[in-house]
Amino acid sequence: MSTDIVLAIALTVMTASTPLLLAAIGELVVERSGVLNLGVEGMMIVGAAAGFAGAQLTGSAYGGVAFAAVAGAGLSLVFAVFVLLLATNQYATGLATTLLGIGIAGLVGQGYVGQPGIKLEQVPIPLLSDLPVIGPLLFQHDVLFYLSLALVVCVSFVLFRTRLGLTIRAVGDNHDSAHAIGYNVVAIRFATIAFGGICAGLAGGYLSLVYTPQWVEGMSAGRGWIAVALVVFAAWRPLRCLAGAYLFGTVLILQFHAQAAGVPIPSQFLSALPYLATMIVLVIVSANRLSRHSAAPACLGQAFVPSK
Amino acid sequence: MVLKRSSVAVFTRRAWCGGALALAALMPLSAGAHAQALDKVKACFVYVGPVGDFGWSYQHDEGRKAVEAALGDKVETAFLESVKEGADAERAIERFARSGCNIIFTTSFGYMDPTNKVAAKYPKVKFEHATGYKRLHPNVSTYDSRFYEGRYVLGQIAALVSKTGVAGYIASFPIPEVVQGINSFILGAQSINPDFKLKVVWVNTWFDPGKEADAAKSLIDQGVDLLTQHTDSTAPMQVAAERGLKAFGQASNMIKFGPKTQLTSIIDDWAPYYVERVKAVLAGTWKQQATWNGMDSGHVVMAPFTNMPDDVKKKAEATTAAIKSKTFHPFTGPITKQDGTVWLKAGEVATDKDLSSMNFYVKGVDDTLPK
Amino acid sequence: MIRLEARPRPSWWAALASPVIALVLTLLTGCLLLLAFGKDPIKGLYYLFIDPITVWWSLEEVLVKATPLALIAAGLSVCFRANVWNIGAEGQFIVGAIAGSALPVVLPEVQGPHVLPLMLLCGTLGGALFALIPALLRVRFGANEILVSLMLVYVAELFLDWLVRGPWRNPAGFNFPETRQFHEWATMPIVGDSRLNIGIFIAIACCAVLAFVLSRTYFGFGVRLSGTAPRAARFAGISRNRTILLVMALSGGLAGLAGIMEVAGPIGQLRIQISPGYGFTAIIVAFLARLNPVGAIAAAFVLSVTYIGGEAAQIAIGISDKITRVFQGALLFFVLGSDVLIRYRITWTRRTPVIQTPEPAAVERTST
Repeated sequence: MSTDIVLAIALTVMTASTPLLLAAIGELVVERSGVLNLGVEGMMIVGAAAGFAGAQLTGSAYGGVAFAAVAGAGLSLVFAVFVLLLATNQYATGLATTLLGIGIAGLVGQGYVGQPGIKLEQVPIPLLSDLPVIGPLLFQHDVLFYLSLALVVCVSFVLFRTRLGLTIRAVGDNHDSAHAIGYNVVAIRFATIAFGGICAGLAGGYLSLVYTPQWVEGMSAGRGWIAVALVVFAAWRPLRCLAGAYLFGTVLILQFHAQAAGVPIPSQFLSALPYLATMIVLVIVSANRLSRHSAAPACLGQAFVPSK
Repeated sequence: MVLKRSSVAVFTRRAWCGGALALAALMPLSAGAHAQALDKVKACFVYVGPVGDFGWSYQHDEGRKAVEAALGDKVETAFLESVKEGADAERAIERFARSGCNIIFTTSFGYMDPTNKVAAKYPKVKFEHATGYKRLHPNVSTYDSRFYEGRYVLGQIAALVSKTGVAGYIASFPIPEVVQGINSFILGAQSINPDFKLKVVWVNTWFDPGKEADAAKSLIDQGVDLLTQHTDSTAPMQVAAERGLKAFGQASNMIKFGPKTQLTSIIDDWAPYYVERVKAVLAGTWKQQATWNGMDSGHVVMAPFTNMPDDVKKKAEATTAAIKSKTFHPFTGPITKQDGTVWLKAGEVATDKDLSSMNFYVKGVDDTLPK
Repeated sequence: MIRLEARPRPSWWAALASPVIALVLTLLTGCLLLLAFGKDPIKGLYYLFIDPITVWWSLEEVLVKATPLALIAAGLSVCFRANVWNIGAEGQFIVGAIAGSALPVVLPEVQGPHVLPLMLLCGTLGGALFALIPALLRVRFGANEILVSLMLVYVAELFLDWLVRGPWRNPAGFNFPETRQFHEWATMPIVGDSRLNIGIFIAIACCAVLAFVLSRTYFGFGVRLSGTAPRAARFAGISRNRTILLVMALSGGLAGLAGIMEVAGPIGQLRIQISPGYGFTAIIVAFLARLNPVGAIAAAFVLSVTYIGGEAAQIAIGISDKITRVFQGALLFFVLGSDVLIRYRITWTRRTPVIQTPEPAAVERTST
């Protein structure tokens, strides 16, 4: 294969991986604070619908990005009110959020079916984008792509190098102790859930503004679930999350290339590959860590009710 | 208490057109004979996807709206969207049958058995099932469109426009309808350029814009310079537009998504059929039939030929006219199968029976048919 | 600021009041929603909630839909009680359906009264074995069962797709993706002349047995203890790994049984799509039922009513199915929200007290 093809494949992989990465990195922060949010799919589809509508209303794709973020955050706050203030079960509340999100997105998007969208422009970074290979690969993208990579670095830094990150992790690992030493567990979780909602909304916006600039019902097609899975796969580590999203994207795209190149394997098996690959890598990663502690935040999925 | 699920012999089907009428004649004509003209008819539609998919279900709903527009207050329509195939379908259809619908259109292949089951219970209601082949009761008709006719024209345009001589085909599921389309496309292309090649990618979905876009990009990266699709979203058209290639639309006119990209599109136009059948119920003349119509009856419509040189346009128009007037059939021999055996001898035309169960490629397709 | 105060014991009046509160809130929201879209709210609510249970026909349909939901949810309840997170019941449902269908599809010449019981057995085993994959990976390698069971759903769907399009395709089916219709020995006996089959009795029986096992047996005690207090369970000699394997196999088996009963019942053949997401909806049902296997029957019934009612409303007054989705989402939120009253007292304070020593006894890590 020539470098051109490899470059082209890499760019396709990046587009396919970016929404997964955006949603996953947000969910990672939420889970680090001890909340399992199964509403990502719902927040993503709401983000997609709002993003498209926003771009149409404001006449600018950046307007769409803003709408997507706000919509994702809005739905995540509904989720937050229930799981944090009313201490409802996170699994069930998350599923309810997804159900609600799919319905709301359908209603919001009703008037936009069959309209071509406004595509988010590429913003080449001066100088860097002129570099051979690296330039087109990394520095000729849209803002959401840059944001997704920046988020990985920022989240990684904040979680493991700052006091705020320590607090978030402390809340996720033992909310009772965290509460006891004076952290406001509920407020911190509100913030992380809102952050996760913004990220999921942006991931949805990426779908309707970059990936395929249009609105159609069901366009998230289960990507929110993949994002949730990627967080577990990544053992709650941002860099592994990046690797996971790109691994998934790579297998996804390569199976189409395998087909186009005429590899005689039933397409269903090729379609199943990304899922199987994710599982196998997870098992390998988990097996290596068996001797150590599990990486999961200890309070993940548990309701927190402060005593007194 | 135990109901026997009688293993009813399936009528050997798709003795299309002439054969179907003969079959209808043999059936007890109770439904037709006792039918009376009605003052008002209620027409009901079951869709497999959301009406907002801008593809399959959307086109059927456009047909429903056309019925309302054509018949005004003589008709009342209702629809159920996103009805999953499986146990839900039978309930949805039966609900319509109970709620006073005179005619029910069930618009997905997977509704075939449920449609026939409900039809047995409601002999006075007319049932119309799209893309299936079972008509177990006199009140069940089937209908479908010859999309492959349009795909032959696409193939010819592709061969005339393509520089690399390789086109990419985004396919949904390996059912006969899709296989017909792929074969028809390559036959059309080979009629211009005998060495024309086709790369096929199966996405295993009718509708997932992201996945379709990925498949489109992969095909382009593999060196195709033209895209055609048998999936429902406009994503491949958008990808082609972005990469500056040409593409063919599907199901609806996608020109808005690629003003400089779309060469033409095969449009599913269900409106003429729906209006005709609802009118038949109004007049009391509805009869069982198996309809498989194509360009001649306006069920398959080519969107305007755009973004191509005039001579290509002329060729496409001539072929369309020939197919429309039935002077030409896309599956006319000599045709060799992919494995090298002869399928049709020179001058021989494929039977509808062969077409409707097609599960092999003709020569020139660069793919192995999923079995 | 809302604050929750744990009640010393669950409140009986709140247990009775909570569904009522949830219902009232849902109805109010529904009214507003319908008004916003210019629909008559009274009519709309009538079709959503009342109409489905006024006609025998649609009541039967509600039960048809509730049967697999109740069965899967009952199994998941046990699993969730043990703090094991099987999110892949959808996949186990599909594999159960495949395993159970092997007999009538591959060997249609085998006939007789033993066929159906064999199918149900195979389906149950198939679902159980499929659920054991994430369970074993968890026990052996520590792989997270949420992820593995969820990924396996996609694998199961694609496997079914391949089978039905390829090797198991009906030879007389014109290459369309479905298997032959099951013969009469391979289909569930029907109750009356509806679509209701004996599966509903099997489901009710399973739910009742599970409820008994969970509350009255040592195994059930072990499951609950293992879920709420794993350390105590270990001291009591209850193996965590064994519990994980058992509850996963149990919930997978029931999902598999639901799967084969669905294809041998209302569907009558194996097709590409056999479930409208029962495996995922059942998770919601399990929580609506407060993880109680008998409650799963009631919860499955209520949820089915809204599904069937949603169709009725779509036809009768043109309420789009998106509004129904929003409505169902709201219902779930309110039910989950009002259940809080059972375990907690809600108080309003101006400010949360800052430094507190936690009282371990009051910190309930429960799933409600």
